[in-house]
Amino acid sequence: MAAPRASLHLVARVWNGGTRGIRGPSRVLAPEGNQKEGRSLLRFLADRFHDVEVLRDYLLRKQVMKVNQKNRPFIYIKQRYGPYVAGAYFILKQGGAVRFQGKEWIRPNQRGHFSLDFLKLQAVPVEAVDASGCAINYQGLDSLLALKELQSLWLQHCPHVDDWCLSRLHPLASSLQELSLAGCPRISERGLACLHHLWNLRRLDISDLPAVSNPGLTRILVEEMLPNCEVLGADWAQGLKLGPEEQSRDPASPMPA
Amino acid sequence: MLRSALLLGLGRGPLGRGLSTHRGGSTLDWERKVSEIKKKIQSILPGGAWDPLYNTSYLPPEHADVVIVGGGVLGLSVAYWLKKLEKPRGAIRVLVVERDHTYSRASTVLSVGGIRQQFSVPENVQLSLFSVDFLRNINEYLAVVDDPPLDIQFNPSGYLLLASEKGAAIMENNVKVQRQEGAKVCLMSPEQLRNKFPWINTEGVALASYGMEQEGWFDPWCLLQGLRRKVQSMGVLFCQGEVTRFVSSSHHMETMSGEEVNLKRIHEVHVKIDQSLEYQPVECAIVINAAGAWSGQVAELAGIGKGPPGTLQGTKLPVELRKRYVYLWHCPQGPGLETPFVIDPSGTYFRREGLGQNYLGGCSPTEEEEPDPGNLEVDHDFFQDKVWPTLAQRVPAFESLKVRSAWAGYYDYNTFDQNGVVGPHPLVLNMYFATGFSGHGLQQAPAVGRAVAEMVLEGHFKTINLSSFLFSRFYLGEKVQERNII
Repeated sequence: MAAPRASLHLVARVWNGGTRGIRGPSRVLAPEGNQKEGRSLLRFLADRFHDVEVLRDYLLRKQVMKVNQKNRPFIYIKQRYGPYVAGAYFILKQGGAVRFQGKEWIRPNQRGHFSLDFLKLQAVPVEAVDASGCAINYQGLDSLLALKELQSLWLQHCPHVDDWCLSRLHPLASSLQELSLAGCPRISERGLACLHHLWNLRRLDISDLPAVSNPGLTRILVEEMLPNCEVLGADWAQGLKLGPEEQSRDPASPMPA
Repeated sequence: MLRSALLLGLGRGPLGRGLSTHRGGSTLDWERKVSEIKKKIQSILPGGAWDPLYNTSYLPPEHADVVIVGGGVLGLSVAYWLKKLEKPRGAIRVLVVERDHTYSRASTVLSVGGIRQQFSVPENVQLSLFSVDFLRNINEYLAVVDDPPLDIQFNPSGYLLLASEKGAAIMENNVKVQRQEGAKVCLMSPEQLRNKFPWINTEGVALASYGMEQEGWFDPWCLLQGLRRKVQSMGVLFCQGEVTRFVSSSHHMETMSGEEVNLKRIHEVHVKIDQSLEYQPVECAIVINAAGAWSGQVAELAGIGKGPPGTLQGTKLPVELRKRYVYLWHCPQGPGLETPFVIDPSGTYFRREGLGQNYLGGCSPTEEEEPDPGNLEVDHDFFQDKVWPTLAQRVPAFESLKVRSAWAGYYDYNTFDQNGVVGPHPLVLNMYFATGFSGHGLQQAPAVGRAVAEMVLEGHFKTINLSSFLFSRFYLGEKVQERNII
């Protein structure tokens, strides 16, 4: 019994090295066609060489680390100048704009520089923040949530603002009147559902959210949820797709009577 | 000809695969090629019973450092953290034994997928907070190069727990504990509740607690697949089979006080291959029991609970199979987008499902009317008799609803105190538990996996101290009483 088993084992080791275990079950489950087509040279190398794979893994992690790095709070500024200045500094550093109560908008210039005059305004609350296009994420919201008198918040086209971030906005409920989320690629209807905390909201922009599955229906439901709020967003008819033959025929030939 | 055929067959092994990493090469038509060669050999040497190219790829390896019994979300999470926390890369060989790769009866995928921090035991709150952090950063933890990012479809709508006059004081205490641990939970009076959620009937409600953030529900299947994908890329081995036997040695010992103790150590795990009588003994150093609802049986195989009653040897793992129904109904006048996960004082719960006024919910039966857990059939009368009356009383709009579908799933119900069992067994030295979470295993899995991995690798808990969840509490009779079990 022992001899055949041993020889069997040797053979199995040699030619089963790849199939056994690791990718085995997934290969059965996943369709093979798609995987094969999308294979690039880099992927090929990563499959074959451990170093390439580790390097790619590292680069992937580094991207995430970079975003986290940008969203670290400025603890020293917060201790020295208070939450308003720290929040404003954070946003300006990210490339956004802020407006202190009764003051002009402060924006960084083309090269990302801004004057530090606002450091004097320690006691003046921030009333508007325009963080459009900034790399702000869940962690970075900490700096924003300290701005208790914030009335308007623009978060248009922010690539890292997601549903989790929206669920964190409730501390601003009593002050926030205007919120714009247009064009954020990671916000879905699941996150919009928890905007009901913001009872003071007067204006909400939820147009152009690619992750929302039914934009028209979602807008109606959000309007129902926030009755005092003007909701800008997809028209209810946008969710309804015209049939192919209707589209082509419509302008050319009217239906015969 | 035979030689050339064999060379073609075997030569590919060492040359083609020498430098390959774990993803393997293109083995798509490999099986076909092998069977062709086999046919050739058969035609040359007919009648021989000897089959040199016998395919054993479905068998588990003969050696593994850690064998995880159960490939549900808890087992995979333990595997993930073992590989993540191991010091030199690839130091530990982990094998996950799962009976059913379709997960047709697994508790993980049949659950409602809720996550909350509103527990009464501080450890549970900590576990949940860690897990929610894991889920939020899931694409950092479970990122695999070349694979699309995971979307776990988290609904941050929060939990709303209602308490009657009797439970109000307990709820207040619980919320104090939860806030101390860092959960964002607020208390609401019936008046506030009416203002916020006008569709609720506050009759009989004295107090409500509402989770403001980090609570809600997500897609369990996505978490499971994400873990599976990541764990595979980290080099964990999988096997479809069932553990049928543990080969162990035992030592008789005597304590200082003269008591006899029988210490056991598992050396081999027999894995029976699915739909076959074939089995493979796997030599291993550590066994992790994450078999969920069936972990009681696995523990019994290792001889746990086979001893005179009242002793540590005779203490069974009190984890049982319990069947729970989940119903999906449609109600056009039902509550809107703001609906949280509502839990009535009677234990009936419901949540919104999607945008189409669909709702999911259910209720735990009482101890006396526990259904037979032999199959996964749904008892529709249970909804009519038990669930619907309480639902309609709490939310009057649910008077008119239509049940769309229903399913049943299993709880790994801990009959002792409805809390998890984590860590090693005191007598079977190399069996570790990660089971018995009685319905909240899914939401705590990422944290529990880490705790078990720390216990295996370091010998003690580091991130979250789960000493009160050890097995020895069954013998000592120290209950970790959790009041918020649904």
